[in-house]
Formats: sequence, structure tokens, C-alpha cells
Amino acid sequence: MASPMRIATPPLKSGESFRDDFSYSNSPQAIRRFPFPFHEDKYMYSVNIEPHNGGPAGSVFAPAFDIDEHYLSEVEERRRVLEEDPGRCQVLPHMMEAQWDTLELLMESLARDYPQHFSLTTDGDQWTWENRPLGIRDSFTFGDPATLPQEPFEYITRQVQGDFTLHGQRDNMLYMDGGMVTCQADWSLDFDLGMNWYEWHGPVPKAHQMGIFDRALKFLLNLQVERPVRRLNWTMTINPRMDTSPENYHKWGIDRASVTPENVGEKAHLRVELQTLWRLPRSNAIIFSIRCYLISMEELVTIPKWARRFHRVLGTLPDELAEYKGLIGYRPIVLDYLAPFDDGAETSPGIGPD
Amino acid sequence: MTGQFNIPVRVTRIEQVTPMIRRFTLERYDGGQLPGFSGGSHVVVTMRGDDRIHHNPYSLMGSPDDKRHYQISVRRDDEGRGGSLFMHTRVAEGDTLEVAPPTNLFALNRLAKRHILIAGGIGITPFMAQLHELRRAGADYQLHYSFRDQENAAFRNELEAACGRRITTYDASAGEFVQPGQLLAEQPLGTHVYVCGPKGMIQAVNDAAFELGWADSHVHWEEFAAPPVGKPFRVVLQKSDMEVTVPGSSSVLEALEDAGLQPNCLCRGGVCGECETVVVEGEVEHNDHFLPDDVKQTNSRMMICVSRARSERLVLDL
Ligand SMILES: Cc1cc2nc3c(=O)[nH]c(=O)nc-3n(C[C@H](O)[C@H](O)[C@H](O)COP(=O)(O)OP(=O)(O)OC[C@H]3O[C@@H](n4cnc5c(N)ncnc54)[C@H](O)[C@@H]3O)c2cc1C
Ligand code: HEM
Ligand code: FES
Repeated sequence: MASPMRIATPPLKSGESFRDDFSYSNSPQAIRRFPFPFHEDKYMYSVNIEPHNGGPAGSVFAPAFDIDEHYLSEVEERRRVLEEDPGRCQVLPHMMEAQWDTLELLMESLARDYPQHFSLTTDGDQWTWENRPLGIRDSFTFGDPATLPQEPFEYITRQVQGDFTLHGQRDNMLYMDGGMVTCQADWSLDFDLGMNWYEWHGPVPKAHQMGIFDRALKFLLNLQVERPVRRLNWTMTINPRMDTSPENYHKWGIDRASVTPENVGEKAHLRVELQTLWRLPRSNAIIFSIRCYLISMEELVTIPKWARRFHRVLGTLPDELAEYKGLIGYRPIVLDYLAPFDDGAETSPGIGPD
Repeated sequence: MTGQFNIPVRVTRIEQVTPMIRRFTLERYDGGQLPGFSGGSHVVVTMRGDDRIHHNPYSLMGSPDDKRHYQISVRRDDEGRGGSLFMHTRVAEGDTLEVAPPTNLFALNRLAKRHILIAGGIGITPFMAQLHELRRAGADYQLHYSFRDQENAAFRNELEAACGRRITTYDASAGEFVQPGQLLAEQPLGTHVYVCGPKGMIQAVNDAAFELGWADSHVHWEEFAAPPVGKPFRVVLQKSDMEVTVPGSSSVLEALEDAGLQPNCLCRGGVCGECETVVVEGEVEHNDHFLPDDVKQTNSRMMICVSRARSERLVLDL
């Protein structure tokens, strides 16, 4: 076993954009803590679920919910998306208890993991929440939505990076009963709302036939309080665009045709979602956190092992998956860009940099 | 997911509620917060007896808002393998026990227009936690609680104070019984029924709901079942290359645990699906509520927490 890597969390930046001039980029520290998702040189769907019980200090796996250098910019991007389309945050009425469960989980986790940024003081149901980076200090009555500026789920998820979906569990099934979805990889909350596990996973190729969704569902139905789990999912995105929603396809769909050998290193991004799943205590609902990380090919190749491995993964990715992930068109250009970084050497086990 | 992450708890209070039932209040040993839970959840309590370790599930009956305490009530069962007797005769205030984090296999459906709760005897416990939720949500509910006689009417005063006109009690010694057919026939569309009590009561409610054409999704039940006893048999574990004898009064799961293994399990009652195991050879006596009937007939899988062998030998893919 390699000794655990210690990676410092970079300080918060501000003013990065995920649209128009796309000024988003990763610091060297952020690159080293990027959740590179491939533990071997090939990729196929699997029930890749493991306990979410921490990780090396400073890594994205260590805190319950990762706050990184892009915090301020991502929160601002979420605000803009919601301003244009408030339907990106919707929760069905029977989920009010799950909304409070979410607020409690996020506030307690953030205050514990980032005492420099957040604090929570409670006296019975009188709560005071302080979010220093955003300059927020609110006192409210836990359980009384009228004492918060928005409903509890929207209030708190506006202050956290990554998308969230809420799932009621009924008759051994999970339902899409709400969410805050502004940085998604081409799926729509508005479309999926009210659907069940199999319905919203309908478009995914191969995985149904492989029995992956049956097994994953069975596992999640028994998810226990305080024993969260996680998995990594990935795709590619052209330009560091957070909001690749079907609603806005007209804005970003054409980007795919803009990739050239000259700009591919800068434009093509590996998009990784650190997904964590939590049983919520009082509502018995499940909250799904989809924390999105973007890294350009230029940034990726600064880690030789990742450049080599991603070249091999992408080259052998079955066409069906490449098609579903929307990268089949520009894949050859990315492969050409990565080829010089793949010297044929063996890659070491695990996902971390060498 | 096995029960390895047990939480040490201290028994802070014991009340003799009826001659047969004791209520235990538990607190985290280190004084911290306990995992939250929803009404209908149970915890598996580990009791370290002299000659065996018991792992019994007990429903949480306190308020889900109380993060400092869990409350369980245990009915004394002199016929059993000793877990409930241990709780009644060996556990004193100040003692420590271990509990696994809560699991809910008997949750309220929040979309129900009305909730009909039917409890028999100790089966009242999961409803006591659910009542907190129903009252907070301002939901439409009725509680129908039947008991053997007045002496065994556990928590009756508390329940009447909490539920007011929403509770109906049935004293069996006075010839009063819940009439599920009549009760369910009176309910509006969108009603959900929940039953926890003796096997016969659960069956009667299910039969009535079926006859009235209720959808399965609107009928919920929890049976306080223990792993049934039977004849001893041998289990061959193909992957671990081991052979274990399962005594008449142990489940396969318990026998494997006694042999030092840690098979996956959660509810230990044949409902959650966690302990599903591939059967390579042998005939199974299925006692679970998880596997579909067609799978049971093939003898290809079993739930090792409750099911046993019909043959003298079982070969498992473990
Ligand atoms: C989800 C769930 C929730 C529960 N909640 C509660 C609760 O809130 N309160 C509560 O009191 N109980 C509850 N139970 C039941 C509880 O877990 C125990 O089964 C009960 O306390 C009896 O425990 P025991 O160890 O004394 O007997 P067990 O060994 O569990 O035996 C119970 C019954 O099995 C039969 N049996 C077992 N061994 C033998 C044998 N050697 N010979 C003949 N018959 C035998 C007998 O009929 C006996 O009465 C719950 C069970 C489940 C599955
Ligand atoms: C409640 C939790 C979950 C939610 C809300 C969720 C939601 C989604 C959604 C919306 C999609 C996109 C489908 C589309 O194309 O429209 C998706 C894809 C997918 N999901 Fe899930 N999912 C969940 C849990 C899981 C789990 C636990 C697994 C484990 C195996 C899984 C495996 C997949 C896979 C393999 C894909 C295809 C991804 C790709 O190739 O890009 N999901 N999921
Ligand atoms: S442990 Fe739940 S079915 Fe066996």
C-alpha cells in the first residue's frame, strides 16, 4: 500500500466563468486532487459503489461534501442559472421533511469539515447559520419554512457546489421527488421529476442488460443512516461549461463541432462526478449529491499517469458508450492529442498520480 | 453492509410497563448524538450472554426528534432462545449494550390520504414512533390497538393522551377484536393500512385488503418474526472451503458467525434482501419474505438469516 497522499485544499478563487469567456481553470493543487476516475486502462459500467467514509486528508474524498477553490464561482453560476430558469430547483410537496433533513445534513457537515468557512449554532429549534465566504448569517426556526428566505432545500443547496436530487422510497422503489440541478451532464430534472429509478435510468445503454441497475437499486434500498456511499461517473464536455442541460442544448450542442487539433487541449474537458448517496434520517428519503469536477486535457496531461491511462481508456471505450456520452464525434481529435503522452509504459494501480 | 459498526449504548432507564413488557431507554456510551431515524425503524441489539451472543431486532418507539435517546420495548418470551429473557433478567440500568444503526423496513407512505394503523400487543412499538410523524405532519390517521386484557394494555394511557379520538382499543378478554374486513371497507380511496402484530392478525388484514381489491402497495406489515427452529443440518461453504453444522436452534447466519465468518446481513428477519446467497446444491426450506416464489422453487438462492435446509446438506457459494 502506498502511503496516503496529503494534498492541501487550495484557497477559494473568485470570478471564474463557466460560459462566454470560460475563464475557469484549475490550480496545480486542484489538478493533483482531481478525482481521476479510472483505476485501470479500460472502462465499462459496473456497480462501483463504496463506503463514503473519508479518504486521504485534502483529497476530494475526505470531507462529506467537498468545497474547493471554485466554490464562489460555482455558487454564482448556480444563481445565474436559477435566475434564467427557476424550474431547475423543484421539490414535490410531500418531501418537506426531507428538505429539513437535507439542510441539517449539509449544515452539520460543512460546519464540521470547514470551520474556517461555516458555522452552525443550535439551541433547540433555534438555529443560526453562518457562511462567511458568501457573507450570510441567518437565524431561523428549524422546522418552520417561513423563517428562511427560501424553502430549506433550495436555501442550503444554493450554498453548496454540485447538484442534488431527493428520492422518496416507496414500495421498494426510489422516485425522483425533487432536486437542485444546474450543472448536469445532459439530463433534465423537469423531465425526470416523479419518475422511478428504472425510468430515469432508461436512456443508459448496456447497464440494464448487465443487471447493474437491479443490483444498485437493491443496495440503495437498504442504505443506512450515517453510512453514506459513493461512486464516480464520468463523461466529457467541450469548454468548462457546468450547465450542459437539455434545456440549453442549443447553446452548447454546437460546441462539439468546434474542436480542432489546435484547440483540443484547452477545450476538451474530462468531466467527473463524485456521487454520494445518503439516507436521510427522519424522512427515510435518499439524497444524491452529484459533485462535478472539470479538467482540461492540457491540465490532465500534467499528470503523466493520467495522460497515459486516459488515452487507453478513451481508445478502447465501446462505441455505444462513446455515443451515449456524446463524445464519439471528437474522440479521434482527443486521442491524437493524447497519443504523444502515452509511451506504452505500464500504469500503476489505483487512481492517484504517481 | 454487515452489522460491524455497532454503537455502544448505556441503558439509562428501565420501566416495567406490564408484567411481560419492559421499556429500555438507551443513550450513547460517549454521550454524543445517536443516528436519526424515521418511524417504523428498528435497531439490531447485540446482547452478550454467557453461552451465546444474541442479535435481536427491536423497533424504535421514541420520538424521532430526540437525538440523545433511543427507546425500545421488549416483550418477555420464555419459549425463545433467550434474547428477550436476557433483556428482562440480566440487563440493569447503567449496563451497556450495542446497537446497529437504524433500518426502516416499515415506513409510512407520505402520499397516503389516510393511514390506518393496526397493532396487536407488542406490535404497537413501531407505531409509537410513527405517531410523532403523523401528528407533526397533521396527517389523517386512525390507530386500532388490540391487547389480551387490561393488565397487558401496554402504553394505553400514553396513547390515548396522544391520539385522542383517533385511537380505538380492543380488549380480547372482553371479546373485542379488530374486524379488518369492515374497517378497510369503510376507507376512502388512497388509504394505506399498516399492521404489526401476531401472524394471524397480519394474515387477516392482508386477506381483507386482497378481497376488497386493495393494491399491494397500500398494504404494509411487519412481523416480529424470529429465525424459525428446525432440524440440524450441515452447510458446505464452497469458496471458503469450510463445513459448518447448523444446530436446530440457530440460523445458518448465526452458525456462520459462530464459526468466525461475517456474512452480509441487515434485518436478520428475511425481509431486507441483504443476506441473499447462491445455493449450489441441496433443498431449501424458505422462510423469508424477500425472494419471489419462482426463485424459491428453483432452490438456486436462499436468505441465510431465516431459511433452512430440507436436505441434510447444503452447498453454498460463500
Ligand atoms: C423488525 C423486527 C422488529 C421487532 N421489534 C420488536 C419489539 O419492538 N419488541 C419486541 O419485544 N420484539 C420485537 N421483535 C422480536 C424480537 O426481535 C425477538 O424475536 C423477541 O424479543 C424474542 O427474542 P428471543 O431471543 O427471546 O427469542 P427468539 O429466539 O427470537 O424466539 C422467538 C420465538 O421463536 C420460537 N423459537 C425460538 N427458538 C426456539 C426453540 N429452541 N424451540 C422452540 N421454539 C423456538 C418461539 O416461538 C419463540 O417464541 C422484532 C422483530 C423484528 C424482525
Ligand atoms: C438516486 C441515485 C441516482 C440518481 C438520481 C441517478 C441519476 C442518473 C441520471 C439522471 C442519469 C442520466 C440518464 C440520462 O441519460 O438521462 C444517470 C446515468 C447513469 N447512472 Fe445513475 N443515478 C443514481 C444512482 C446510480 C447508481 C448507484 C449507479 C450505480 C451503478 C448508477 C449508474 C448510472 C450509470 C452507469 C449511468 C450512465 C452514465 C454515463 O455513462 O454517463 N446511477 N443516472
Ligand atoms: S438479513 Fe435481511 S433478509 Fe437476511
